[in-house]
Amino acid sequence: MTYIPISPRERDAMLAAVGVKTLDDLFEAVPAKHRFPALDLPPALTEMEAAAELADIAAANEHVRGDLISFLGAGMYNHYIPSVIDHMLRRGEFYTAYTPYQPEISQGTLQAIFEYQSLITALTGMELSNASHYDGATATAEAVNLAFAQFRGKRKKVVVSPTVHPQYRAVLRTYTQGMELEVAGDDPNADLNSNPADLAGLIDDNTMLVVVQYPDFFGRIYDYTKLIETAHGKGALVCVVANPTALALFKTPGSMGADIVVGEGQPLGIPMWYGGPSLGFFATRKSYVHKMAGRLVGETVDARGQRSYVLTLTAREQHIKRERATSNICTNQGLLALASAIYMSVLGKSGMKQVAELCYHKAHYAAERLSQVKGMGLCFSEPFFHEFALCVNRPVDEVNAHLLEHGILGGYDLGQDYPALKDHMLIAVTEMNSKEEIDVLAEVLEEVNHD
Amino acid sequence: MTEPKIVEPTLFDLSSPGRVGVTFPAPDVPCADLPTDLLREDLPLPELAEVDVVRHYMRLSKFNYSVDSGFYPLGSCTMKYNPKIDEDTCRLPGFLFTHPLQPIETVQGNLALMYQMQEWLKEISGFAGVTLQPAAGAHGEFTGVLMMRAYHKARGDHKRIKMLIPDAAHGTNPASVGMLGMSVVTIPSDARGNVDLAALKAACDDTVVGMMLTNPNTLGLFDEHIEEVIQLVKDCGGLMYGDGANLNALLGIVRPGDLGFDVMHFNLHKTFAVPHGGGGPGSGPVGVSQRLLDFLPEPLVGILEEGDSEMAPLFGFVKPPQSIGRMKAFHGHFGGGLVRAYTYIAMHGPDGLKDIAQYAVLNANYLLARLRNIYKVPFDRICMHEFVAEGQFEGSDVRALDIAKRLMDYDFHPPTNYFPLIVHEALMIEPTETENKDTLDAFADALIKIAEEAKSQPELLHEAPHNTPFGRMDEVKAARELVLCCWLPENYNENA
Repeated sequence: MTYIPISPRERDAMLAAVGVKTLDDLFEAVPAKHRFPALDLPPALTEMEAAAELADIAAANEHVRGDLISFLGAGMYNHYIPSVIDHMLRRGEFYTAYTPYQPEISQGTLQAIFEYQSLITALTGMELSNASHYDGATATAEAVNLAFAQFRGKRKKVVVSPTVHPQYRAVLRTYTQGMELEVAGDDPNADLNSNPADLAGLIDDNTMLVVVQYPDFFGRIYDYTKLIETAHGKGALVCVVANPTALALFKTPGSMGADIVVGEGQPLGIPMWYGGPSLGFFATRKSYVHKMAGRLVGETVDARGQRSYVLTLTAREQHIKRERATSNICTNQGLLALASAIYMSVLGKSGMKQVAELCYHKAHYAAERLSQVKGMGLCFSEPFFHEFALCVNRPVDEVNAHLLEHGILGGYDLGQDYPALKDHMLIAVTEMNSKEEIDVLAEVLEEVNHD
Repeated sequence: MTEPKIVEPTLFDLSSPGRVGVTFPAPDVPCADLPTDLLREDLPLPELAEVDVVRHYMRLSKFNYSVDSGFYPLGSCTMKYNPKIDEDTCRLPGFLFTHPLQPIETVQGNLALMYQMQEWLKEISGFAGVTLQPAAGAHGEFTGVLMMRAYHKARGDHKRIKMLIPDAAHGTNPASVGMLGMSVVTIPSDARGNVDLAALKAACDDTVVGMMLTNPNTLGLFDEHIEEVIQLVKDCGGLMYGDGANLNALLGIVRPGDLGFDVMHFNLHKTFAVPHGGGGPGSGPVGVSQRLLDFLPEPLVGILEEGDSEMAPLFGFVKPPQSIGRMKAFHGHFGGGLVRAYTYIAMHGPDGLKDIAQYAVLNANYLLARLRNIYKVPFDRICMHEFVAEGQFEGSDVRALDIAKRLMDYDFHPPTNYFPLIVHEALMIEPTETENKDTLDAFADALIKIAEEAKSQPELLHEAPHNTPFGRMDEVKAARELVLCCWLPENYNENA
């Protein structure tokens, strides 16, 4: 079926007005030998059939709200999403609008983005936020673009901690392949027990940006204040890749002196959706606003003296600057920025902190419980948030296969990215995991050991 | 100076200490010690009840114009109706609650859908391979340009640094090239809105990476010499990039791969009705010809073990041998993008897709026929899915902006204006196939009336809109004062 609301009679009247006989006559400019190809696609389904087909496809998956107990995180987390969010997102006024280019009839979207920017600013402890990027990984790569522009390409080195998410580091490398940069520190064989202060040795006068993660990929929490001071001493900027749930509880990167704070916004009320879409938040200092990519909403007044909002500093963007633009980005993740703003507002000061504390306590219970399993142990001793590296002393895929037989989605296999962490998994625990689930995980892991 | 009138308070204005929205269960595990030296002092987020939040967003929603509320002929953006069933399919629990790093055996549904999407997009476009990873059109463009660069580099051809881009192109084209340090050579258009062949010929040499061409172009015109254009670029060793922004006009009409394009991004949020969401998320898969296959981003979805009559195949991830790398974390905009687009394609089939293009083109030509005697159309021939008129009249100081704003008083969303740059006071009108004749007539009537008003009451247009909840904005003030959040953070002391 289609969604074309034109009757054959209306069609004929329109064709006559245009001055052609048939619909096919409209395409004479298309080379005849390639015109009207027969597409080898399945015949059209009705809505009823499509609903059934998609339900079948979805049912072929095992999901974490019924089929599986999940301890998998590594960048996407199974958090509770309050019902109110989707009720608001399903308003056609929000989801079927485009980019708010006409502010007189887009104040809903514009004020919602302005509030999103405010919430992210508050959460990160920074001075401003843009309207969002595609995801945490691309937001990290955009931090490099900002630094590159800030130093007008004269500084060529980026220092990246090996404990930044492996996929974010991969995206950073893809994005910068035309920039002839030196990327230092991004070494999977680096000493993962080292202190972040050790990165300081890599920072020199050619360094434009230092990238660290908070909590790091292994869940560890460090105060980066000293490292940031060292970087600033060399004139370099520092980008902190942060988990937004952790920011409700722990010191902000802003208070540590960070120049840029980015991160994956999925924990803020966005479903995992097999990896996307979600959003990448991006916050920085006022002094860098002109070098920042992405949409930005600012407050103003309209001709009637009413407080209102517009897209601002658009001169940075591609449709004006073209090849000299700060980035080619032309959308933000509008609807998901809205979702995360509703999440932060309906949880508010108390709910956000409650979720972070629940994650912390449950993860620490799990760490305690799992480290008692014979032959297993925690890999690191630093304070951590809701993830930790567990040594399972045998191939992680074997352990996970066994867990899966018991309906448990085990941790991420760290040996894929870090040779030294062969036989280690990254366990994530959120407010969704009950004590009982954690106990079951421990019991099944004990069985693995007896096999 | 008078304080501005507040129409809708912000979340922070509405906040009242002690109000609570969602609460969570008490911990069912013993509480662990928190590392006190690492904690933040205060969390300055709003305090609101659920009803406060709902009423706030309901009021905000009413300030928005949307496709669900009316005609949205925003040229180059393909603001078509978004079928409601797509909203249900993309929210099936099996899609919503799967983790991107789950073992492939537990997500065969997702992987089968992605594999099928790759296959369908290849068939629709005539390309040899497709990546679903890019998050939006501009992201897909960047992906495409990275592959073009990698292709020449892999052949040891290091002198190619020039990208040819027509003057009518979207700004993202040169911006994508700028991100890679290549240089842009602008190719003018000829009097019929085609690429100027003589200028193109002069620019083609052995330093050309390729050409980025939108076809139909941003004037809504199919290039009448498309085969010559592509041949010229290929003859000098360049690659041909197609900007798929306007693919809606080509579904079942012609496949860019058959015409000789090497790479093209799709905009699933335009062509395949993924809703625009107030400015994202989009979804920008990229198709490539045989010679770029090895450079696709990793990972792609492939068949790891063939199926048979009893067993479904095993789907998993594969890495192209000379991949440019990863464009984003995980697998692209799966849930909100691919599932909706899959549903849409499945419901249309080959004939339905061709209908989309035919009626999108009919609607545009019908509007053009109704308006061409009132508004000057500088490149006037049979258009594809959109056309560009001039929003100015001889002897009048009314501009395209005034016309756009006045359209809001008639309850229409304005067309794209001031783009493409090669038309003065451009009004770029794209009706899409999901509008009926009555709507198109009402819109044409409004534009004709506005043309009369421009002569008789120009001030009515200069001051428009009048009937909307908000009037024209002071954009200079916004850029000068740069108030980007609900309070001034420099006055905020986290440790206070």
